[in-house]
Amino acid sequence: MADNEFLENADGKTLSKPPTPGDIFFDKSFRFLTRAFTWATILLLAFIVYKIGGEALPAFPDLGIKFLFTSTWDSSQNVYGLLPQIWGTLYSSFLALILGGFFGITIAIFITQDFLPYKIEIILKNIIELLAAIPSVVYGLWGIYVLIPLIRPFANFLHEYLGWIPFFSTRLSGLGLLPAALVLSIMILPTVAAISQDAFKAIPHKTKEAAFGMGTTRWEAILRVMLPAASGGIFGALVLGFGRALGETMALAMLVGSMPTVTLSILSPADTIAALLANTFPEAAVGLETSALMYAACVLLLITLIVNVAGAVIVAKATPGGDKR
Amino acid sequence: MNQSGLEHPKLERQPMEPRALKSIVLSGITIVCAITACIPLFSVLLMLVYRGGKRLSFQLFYTLPPGAFDGPGVGGFGNAIVGTAFMVGIAGLISVPFGILAAIYLAELDPHSKVSEIARFCAKTMTGLPSIIAGVFAYAVVVLVMGHYSAWAGGIALSLLMLPTVMLTAEEAIKMVPNPMREAAYGMGCTPSQSLTKVILPVAMPSIITGVVLAVARAAGETAPLLFTALFSESWLAPNNPTASLAVLIYNWSSSPYQNLIELAWAASLILVVLVFVLNIISRSIGGKTKL
Repeated sequence: MADNEFLENADGKTLSKPPTPGDIFFDKSFRFLTRAFTWATILLLAFIVYKIGGEALPAFPDLGIKFLFTSTWDSSQNVYGLLPQIWGTLYSSFLALILGGFFGITIAIFITQDFLPYKIEIILKNIIELLAAIPSVVYGLWGIYVLIPLIRPFANFLHEYLGWIPFFSTRLSGLGLLPAALVLSIMILPTVAAISQDAFKAIPHKTKEAAFGMGTTRWEAILRVMLPAASGGIFGALVLGFGRALGETMALAMLVGSMPTVTLSILSPADTIAALLANTFPEAAVGLETSALMYAACVLLLITLIVNVAGAVIVAKATPGGDKR
Repeated sequence: MNQSGLEHPKLERQPMEPRALKSIVLSGITIVCAITACIPLFSVLLMLVYRGGKRLSFQLFYTLPPGAFDGPGVGGFGNAIVGTAFMVGIAGLISVPFGILAAIYLAELDPHSKVSEIARFCAKTMTGLPSIIAGVFAYAVVVLVMGHYSAWAGGIALSLLMLPTVMLTAEEAIKMVPNPMREAAYGMGCTPSQSLTKVILPVAMPSIITGVVLAVARAAGETAPLLFTALFSESWLAPNNPTASLAVLIYNWSSSPYQNLIELAWAASLILVVLVFVLNIISRSIGGKTKL
């Protein structure tokens, strides 16, 4: 590179030089590496679906589609049915969504609609975020030794006086859907609250000013203007919260009671797919039972993938920039 | 209809007017909801300090789990602490380089290509992957192939859960680097990878570390992926054998009939939550003003 006029003019004192072959090689291989890992991300997800599907495949000829609609799980007779677990997964997540969704949206309103001085707003936000940081197994422990003794008298009161309503038709003997759904709602609350906050913040400030200019009270503005305007993002938040609840394992494995029943009663024990996997997998016999569990895992994977993709798409469409989460 | 409101309209606030009353009542309900939502956190923390704190001692950190018939106050879970640290370490060694390199491609080298769009979508989908599925996958890929439960399988399962967090936060962090810095680097004649390694990554590093620390905090508390990959063990760490972890210990001992083990489960929960909270605080203070 002796004919470089800049080098000559600077009396050889300059540091600048064109990239050496080493630099170019490093650049090329570095870029190749990043590209390879990007591809690897895609292949990894495909491989997860392929592998779990592949492990489940041997069970398909034996169990078929009726696996999804029968309710016996008996490894001694090699009879397997997933209906109670599918029902329990959907039902417990739905219960958690009603409660966690209501609280999550209310808190999002409370934080974003100028109720609080800035400092308290930050503190509240951090508390809600820390709720999500506590490991689910700790919530499970807390549920067993704190929550269940706390709600049992109340639950049995409900059963005694309102037992004719199908939701309260059994006694809460300890573990059951209600404590599981309560803990689950605590766990999805931060998700719903955070994404709903984004949805509220994405509304242009002028919208609210226009509402106030029309003479609305604070809550008329929130309920009739802000909430409809944020509804798309909030709906996405609820779907993503639902997806989180579907896949949650430990709190349910510890609290739901692992009894395969299809019941409407929120005081009865039940079972979920994730809890079934957690409780049965370690001791499962290699062969049809393991395949059946893989089949169950496959069902869970498909349900959560569909719900999560739907939620992500709804949030991305409804909230500009909201798809960053 | 409120008569006074009709006869002489007043401009000052009328708290008893139905519209205003409704507003006040709804505000009240919101405040109650917000306070109610904070109760579980404080209840969990209080019980951890109360029930776990009683059992807390240095002995916990260097002794092995007690036998079922050992008297009260005997034993600890040093092996579980080492096991958790080891497996989270493996998960980090896999997911951090993987995540950051992919994030560089997504954020900097080719942000709008089809590959990037699909990879970003996959990473987002993986954040919603049920943790038990990561366990099932690691079981099928590692445990079935190696033929035995191991710390490696546990670490790989955890890395699946850390990867999307690391990748997506690193992508955001790199995107946040001001454009003039890139332009300055290119203006100085840097190759793309020189500008990345010498300018952009160092600037983005605090935010990237925030994401990594958050992912570590999450992985440390995960139980489901370890249940049938690392299993549990009563002895010290041996990476090729079943390995104890704090999270699985809490799960296994939570329903134990022995009071000693239940107490230890509470103490382990306390240590785990303190660890997770400290990591959260560290990540926030590193992220600080550059927080996304």
